[in-house]
Amino acid sequence: MSRQSDSRSFPVSLGSIARRPEAGSLVGLVIVYTFFAILGGAVFIGAPGWSSWLNIAAEVGIVALPVGLLMIAGELDISVGSVIPASSMTAAIVSGHYELPAVVGIVAALGVGLLVGFVNGYLVVRTRIPSLIVTIGTMFAVMGLTLGFAVLISGSTSVFLVPDPVTKTVLGAFIGGMFNVSMFWWAGFAVAIFYLLHVSPIGNWIFAVGGDRESAHNAGIPVKWLTVSLYMLSGFAAAFVGVLQLMTYQSAQVAAGQSFIFNSIMCVVIGGVLLTGGAGSVIGIVIGTMTFAIVNQGIFFSGLDPNVGSLIIGALLLGAVLSNDTFRKLALNYATKKS
Amino acid sequence: MSDKTPVLEMRSVDKSFGPIDVLHEISLRVHPGEVLCLLGDNGAGKSTLIKTLSGVHKPTRGEILMDGEPVVFESPRDAQGRGIATVHQFGGTYPLMSIGRNFFVGAEPTKGWGPFKVFDRKTANETAVKAVREFGITRIEDGDRLVGGLSGGERQSLAIARAVHFGARVLILDEPTAALGVKQAAHVLRIVNEAKKRGLAVIFITHQVMHAMTVGDHFAVLIRGAVAADFRKGEKTREEITDLMAGGETMADLEAQIEGYMETHEGHVPQAN
Ligand SMILES: Nc1ncnc2c1ncn2[C@@H]1O[C@H](COP(=O)(O)OP(=O)(O)OP(=O)(O)O)[C@@H](O)[C@H]1O
Ligand SMILES: [Mg+2]
Repeated sequence: MSRQSDSRSFPVSLGSIARRPEAGSLVGLVIVYTFFAILGGAVFIGAPGWSSWLNIAAEVGIVALPVGLLMIAGELDISVGSVIPASSMTAAIVSGHYELPAVVGIVAALGVGLLVGFVNGYLVVRTRIPSLIVTIGTMFAVMGLTLGFAVLISGSTSVFLVPDPVTKTVLGAFIGGMFNVSMFWWAGFAVAIFYLLHVSPIGNWIFAVGGDRESAHNAGIPVKWLTVSLYMLSGFAAAFVGVLQLMTYQSAQVAAGQSFIFNSIMCVVIGGVLLTGGAGSVIGIVIGTMTFAIVNQGIFFSGLDPNVGSLIIGALLLGAVLSNDTFRKLALNYATKKS
Repeated sequence: MSDKTPVLEMRSVDKSFGPIDVLHEISLRVHPGEVLCLLGDNGAGKSTLIKTLSGVHKPTRGEILMDGEPVVFESPRDAQGRGIATVHQFGGTYPLMSIGRNFFVGAEPTKGWGPFKVFDRKTANETAVKAVREFGITRIEDGDRLVGGLSGGERQSLAIARAVHFGARVLILDEPTAALGVKQAAHVLRIVNEAKKRGLAVIFITHQVMHAMTVGDHFAVLIRGAVAADFRKGEKTREEITDLMAGGETMADLEAQIEGYMETHEGHVPQAN
């Protein structure tokens, strides 16, 4: 027993670091940043470099967090790719085309996100069709509806909105002309979702549902309620990014957002979340998002061929999955006591 | 003892999955301080029966009574809330979660107030480690260890320890000793006896006659979804029970078949395939 208390007094032992799900991702982040810092030089290490990758990271990061929760719970959400433009378009039509106050447009846009999330969750728990298929379906449905309504109401596939100063400051300003306020929102989402997954008891339910859905149900976890709620959270976050984009770029495009589908999944997987569910961490997802954004923007600063960038991202993804597997095995075999 | 009101009672319960009828006209009672052993061949419907008692399935027909009052378990959570704790035959543990988190899935200890409830990791770990150590699994000292690193029997012990911890009135164990070593199996039997002394009702499923005879007060044998025999301790011999557990065929016949096979096949036992 005395050994047990020994190990407690060294909280940062090698074992306890290796046991953390984000261990592999952190190594990846350091390697990637060093690589591009060398190639990209002073500009990349300075404010222009940081702002460019942080701006990218913030937008995809807000989506990646709830997508990561879903993946830990054993589900996927492809529909985020069309919820983003649907939300921008809704807010732009309500507040730009019809000239209602910005807050009305924002509430309507977030409502669209929650609704799509609810439909996703409902279909997944009701039919038990794999969520990949369900959310591909809702993605196309939402994309079609967005295009249809945009053309029907505004007669165009892009709608403009000039936000009032307060809205612009809160949701679409660039601090120092470089850093988009979205990164504070990303930080806010990260803290809230960290609390949900790692501090509140709900986090235990999410891991259990992803680990063994049937046992979780037998253990009394409201699996259906939880699944629907997580989909609504992801719809909400995607809609929020749609609003941020609209307030930043002051126009809504029907076709924006497809890149978020793969990018969000990539951030989550690079961040050490198990594709099949049951394991992952919010710190890991944040690290994965930063890694992804650094590669994405580092290519530009280092003057490498963009095709090389895609190659690096692909290799990174494979490397991340392999190293995460290794670290997970370490964690499983890890015991505080050797004897 | 049978003059007391049963804690749980099934009255003419049927359960079908679409066109498949699994349980027919099941009527059973289990009293406080009594162990009901549920016996039967593979596929007889034992797991299905206990799933209807733990809120996983709803009966197609018939009713369930608790303390003499008709009840409908809306969900496993509902049944748990009424003090019924179940260890199901499969699953029940989550390999990539810690021992402490596993132990409290669905019933997490919290500290803090209002919406800012915090998962109490320290309490969870301490309680879980204490509970499994009492099971004789003294190798476990750290509640943060992932369950996937434990052996099958250790995981099973964790699941049983959990049910014992939460089972306030009824403890249901579906083949709890199947994966266990001699020492741990003996411990499960001891736990069952302790639970019984504390006045819990226990429903115990097993394929091992020895285990059943050691703890059972009351036996029910299921054959193809119906109660084929329902008797109390001492009313049947070990041989009779064994025959019933084999689904009605006599063990002597089965043994004769195997011997006959071995004679014609130069001493080899029949291959399972
Ligand atoms: N959800 C379900 N849908 C359809 N059929 C089912 C379902 N659950 C169980 N069954 C069927 O019910 C029958 C009884 O199964 P059950 O698991 O209750 O048997 P058991 O007595 O526990 O057997 P074992 O000793 O092998 O554990 C089996 O034929 C099984 O195929
Ligand atoms: Mg069974």
